[in-house]
Amino acid sequence: MGGILHIAYKLLVNDRAKYAALLVGISFAVFLMIEMTSLFAGILTRSSATVINIGASIWVMDPAIQTVANTIPLPDYVLDEVRSIPGVKYAVPLYSGAALLKLPDGLYQAANIIGLDDTSLFGRPALDGGNIQDIFAENAFIAVKDSEFYKLESPKVGAEFELNDHRGVIVGIAHVASSGLFGVPTLYTTYNRALQYIPSTRFTISYLLVEPKSLADVASIKQQVTAAGYLALTKDEFVKKISDFYKYKTGIGTNMLIMTVISFIIGLSISGQTFYTFVIENLEKFGALKAIGAKGRELILMILFQATFVSLTGYGVGVGLCALIIWMAKLYLPDYAATITFSNLGLAFVMVVVIAAISCYVGVRKVLRIEPFDIFRG
Amino acid sequence: MAETAIQAVGLNKWFGEGEAKTHAVKDMSFEAYFGEILYVVGPSGSGKTTMLSMISGILRPNSGTVTIEGSDIWSLGNDALAEFRLQKIGFVFQDFHLFPRLTTAENVAIPLILQKRNWNAALKEAEADLEIVGLKERAQLPPVKMSGGEQQRVAIARAIVSRPDILILDEPTASLDGDTGRNIVKFVREHILSDQRCIVIVTHDSRIFEFADRIVKMEDGRLMGIGRQNLDAQ
Repeated sequence: MGGILHIAYKLLVNDRAKYAALLVGISFAVFLMIEMTSLFAGILTRSSATVINIGASIWVMDPAIQTVANTIPLPDYVLDEVRSIPGVKYAVPLYSGAALLKLPDGLYQAANIIGLDDTSLFGRPALDGGNIQDIFAENAFIAVKDSEFYKLESPKVGAEFELNDHRGVIVGIAHVASSGLFGVPTLYTTYNRALQYIPSTRFTISYLLVEPKSLADVASIKQQVTAAGYLALTKDEFVKKISDFYKYKTGIGTNMLIMTVISFIIGLSISGQTFYTFVIENLEKFGALKAIGAKGRELILMILFQATFVSLTGYGVGVGLCALIIWMAKLYLPDYAATITFSNLGLAFVMVVVIAAISCYVGVRKVLRIEPFDIFRG
Repeated sequence: MAETAIQAVGLNKWFGEGEAKTHAVKDMSFEAYFGEILYVVGPSGSGKTTMLSMISGILRPNSGTVTIEGSDIWSLGNDALAEFRLQKIGFVFQDFHLFPRLTTAENVAIPLILQKRNWNAALKEAEADLEIVGLKERAQLPPVKMSGGEQQRVAIARAIVSRPDILILDEPTASLDGDTGRNIVKFVREHILSDQRCIVIVTHDSRIFEFADRIVKMEDGRLMGIGRQNLDAQ
């Protein structure tokens, strides 16, 4: 069977123009599909940046919450109530809100302020510079060195700014796992300082961060929080809830899906049509092979091999190209949100297989229909 | 008496139904023997190609039988028939049907590769057969870089590479000038024909009739006569 595949391979790659057209078509489609889905994956990851960076096991919130950025403050007594639930190891408040900073050069810059529990500093970021204890010092803030850091004029430890006429001092530079979605820098401080510096509503707790005594307690904690009229979600559930919001309740998901489908159609059109032309041009030769004694299944195998080979090669080129472009984009655009995930690769692979299958089906139908007698008739 | 290679009995083939029905071959019977070149001649539309397709296991007749070396080929299943063609019959098509993207040697090796021979061994045998047709030095060239006569010789090399007992040539001189056509058929007569091989040539080129052992003449789908050399003399 190897000889037949060798012939199929040579017929394919020696027709350089068509092979190149097939490769370009599939590679381009794969590139677009992966680029689109990676961009979406990047956006989804960033939309949950606060949840990922804080890293609490359970998040308690108002049931109306859709994303981590749109907080609905909780009354203080909820903290006491949650702390009293059996199975709760500890529960701490978290403040998350927006503020307008006045930078040393007089420019204003919006920022996301995270207020950590004063006692435990639960959810604090890893510091690259400064000392975490300094967060308890007067006016202390920790700046996150992410893709938005430069918007704070890349401050060093000791740099100052104003926040609602309060003096703020950078006492540490930290890094986090994920940058935020909205293009604003992030500052960490203590919960009480955040309340003190930023105008607040009657209720002030954005989220309660809960650590269960054991995994087995998670279900009962969630149940009792629900009974109290609030919502408790594990970290993964909260991330999913946020992702679902962006996927299904905004136009982002639909647009990305449309672009991905368009990419698929482009790939299918180019490669399907080129492969069809390739088969049509070789149809008489396939008929001659049939006359000589090639069996139908051998011809199917040849076409299947050609479609699979060109598709997998195109897939590899497309993935490589996409990875290269994303890598280069991130070099020059630090806040470029694109992440190639295994799901993206899998989705693109499935779509390439579909492209190969459809192209192959069209070719196989033609080849099986050609009668060797037609070859004799010319 | 030479051994019978092909025996066609009562072959009928029609296309279409009702008003559009065309009876292409009508009740044809004849035999071809090992060690001979049998021509099937007749004007265009006389049913030569249809008849050729039926005796070579490519087109199923509506009635009648074709027996090759004792086997009723139309009683075989599709795969068995394809295998039979692969093992027993070599084809030279009118338009050669060589793969332009393969080298000449690879083109010639195709029947061996279909017989599941090792790629390198098949290429070696193909090159040996290209030597027979005088094209060994062209083995690595694509056939499109050759003249019509050379391509015809490549097609002949492909047809004989698996050592088939029966060789079918469809209008072998149609795409060639007079001298080249004659030389090709002469070459077939002198180098390809053997006592163990039967060659059937469909043609309407009277310039090559001199190379036939016997000639089957067809007209309007019917057998008009079988004889030696030019039937016009009959």
